Amino acid sequence: MEKDNREVIFDIKNLQTWFPIKKGMMKKTVGHVKAVDDVSLKVYRGETLGIVGESGCGKSTFGKSIMCLERPTGGQVLFNYGGEFKDITKFNKEEMFEFRKKVQMVFQDPYSALNPKKKIYTSFEEPLKVHGISSQEEREKMMSDVLKMVNIQPDYLMRYPHEFSGGQRQRLCIARALEVRPEVLVCDEPVSALDVSIQAQVLNLMKEIQKDMNLTYLFIAHDLSVVQYMSDRIVVMYLGKIVEIADSRALYDEPLHPYTQALLSAIPVPDIHQTKKRQVLEGEVPSPINKPSGCAFHNRCPRCMDICKTEDPALYNYDGKDHCVACHLYRNDAK
Amino acid sequence: MSNNGSAVSIKEQNKSAASSLMKKNIRKFMNNRLALFGLIVIVVMTVACVAGAIVGVDYNTPNPTILKQAPSSEHIFGTDTIGRDLFARVLYGGCYSILIGVFCSVLSSVIGAVLGAIAGYFGGKVDSLIIRISEIFQAFPQLVLVMMLVALMNKRGLGNLLFIFVVTGWMTTFRMVRNEFMSLKTETYVKVCEAFGMSKSSIMFKQILPNVMSPIIVSTTTNVAFFILQEAALSFIGLGVADSTPTWGNILNAAKSVSVVTNQWWIWVFPGLAISLFVLAINFFGDGLRDVLDPKQQ
Repeated sequence: MEKDNREVIFDIKNLQTWFPIKKGMMKKTVGHVKAVDDVSLKVYRGETLGIVGESGCGKSTFGKSIMCLERPTGGQVLFNYGGEFKDITKFNKEEMFEFRKKVQMVFQDPYSALNPKKKIYTSFEEPLKVHGISSQEEREKMMSDVLKMVNIQPDYLMRYPHEFSGGQRQRLCIARALEVRPEVLVCDEPVSALDVSIQAQVLNLMKEIQKDMNLTYLFIAHDLSVVQYMSDRIVVMYLGKIVEIADSRALYDEPLHPYTQALLSAIPVPDIHQTKKRQVLEGEVPSPINKPSGCAFHNRCPRCMDICKTEDPALYNYDGKDHCVACHLYRNDAK
Repeated sequence: MSNNGSAVSIKEQNKSAASSLMKKNIRKFMNNRLALFGLIVIVVMTVACVAGAIVGVDYNTPNPTILKQAPSSEHIFGTDTIGRDLFARVLYGGCYSILIGVFCSVLSSVIGAVLGAIAGYFGGKVDSLIIRISEIFQAFPQLVLVMMLVALMNKRGLGNLLFIFVVTGWMTTFRMVRNEFMSLKTETYVKVCEAFGMSKSSIMFKQILPNVMSPIIVSTTTNVAFFILQEAALSFIGLGVADSTPTWGNILNAAKSVSVVTNQWWIWVFPGLAISLFVLAINFFGDGLRDVLDPKQQ
């Protein structure tokens, strides 16, 4: 086994984000939507970690939870402060405020991410003011610096958001997130609201910026080809749980989990001669309120065994390196 | 040095862009004839009333030799039942009526906006608590409240009226602002501000509120008209401002008897006209403002 010299920036342990469902006059809690359920993983500095899954599998909630925009109900999110790990779920107000500079987020919808009543200038200036950069000269320098990174002229700052196209707006949003010099950028489907031709432009830009600033990306998307293009490692989520983690190459070459296999078979191939067999999953995604017993995927799994119905599989390490899969087919003792 | 130069240029361009938007809005407003008419009437009447009050027209000395005189060159609106000059009374009363209208509508809008922002943004228990409170206030008939306060204070006065109007008048603005906040708080830019660690109050009042400002301004203007009418109605039945203070409603109060209504038309026609004209002008102006400020029509 080669020596692991990557630096961990996020160490997430058993993260849990449940939303209570309240019913009736007394607002009694009758159940929970288990949006993120017992997720553990490590994020390394400088990498792009892709997170894929169907809609409703909890990938956006996961992104928000590790930033505490959505308060996790359990588990730990340890963030690397120069070698020392601190649990952000236990941060007080001031610590959280400082943490906001370390991790920033780019949201899905660039059309509502900029306040329509404010000039770009104001939208860009406010975060800097909040974070205590009091000289206007300094603020404007920082603003034009980040705008240069996303190829937007600084004199566009005087405009209103409605004067920009979707791609420009998303680039503005990325620039604004970069203003506070974050170490990690959580990108929640940053290109899914954009035109395909603009998608490539924004993605390439993001790659360039990552190289320049040594950023770590958490790239949440449902578009598998986009994730493949961007990511070093990929996490596949299903119903709030991780079903497979692997290097991007390994995952696409050798998908292990039946769910991953089905997902990958759905990517269209631009070749009329290659007729790949499409593996269509039956049924619907079960409700995250009443998850199936055992493996959450067992009622749709083409290779379901008896054990799957009763026992929830842990994340097994498949190749001794980074490829992990949560499926009884690959249990270490079964191999 | 070059930084400094670019800093100045960014700011200056900022200003020119803002003023061009302003110009566009003003042009749009000017094209609306009715709204322009409304604005002119409001300005002329307000200036006339204030000027009259500053000059110190004699509105309060009864002159028994000129009771109930029809309009003439000396008293252009005529005189009332105890011989006071009606023109002076209408001018002076206008100051009070307009003051009541503007003060109450601005204050109730502020209260409504702040409570609406809090209720809409926080939601949940805070929201239902404030909603219940507003429902309690809405359930009280204004008339009974006024009577209660008059009985408690043992006198009629301007303060009573202002208090009652503000206390019973903030609910419409409150509901509107709350509903707007409910929908606006799910916008992504609110999440962005949270991700930057901005405080809740600055998100509420600096980020979301500007987006609700136009409907608040429009409803504030139309509320001015509403409160002026309310004051007139309450004063007419004798529960408004004390008799010594003239307001448009109080002047009308003098025309309660049937003989005055039938024989001395000028006593009620002129204050009545003043009220109608001003209220109409405000409504036209409010409509014009709505057209300019409503982003859905831009």
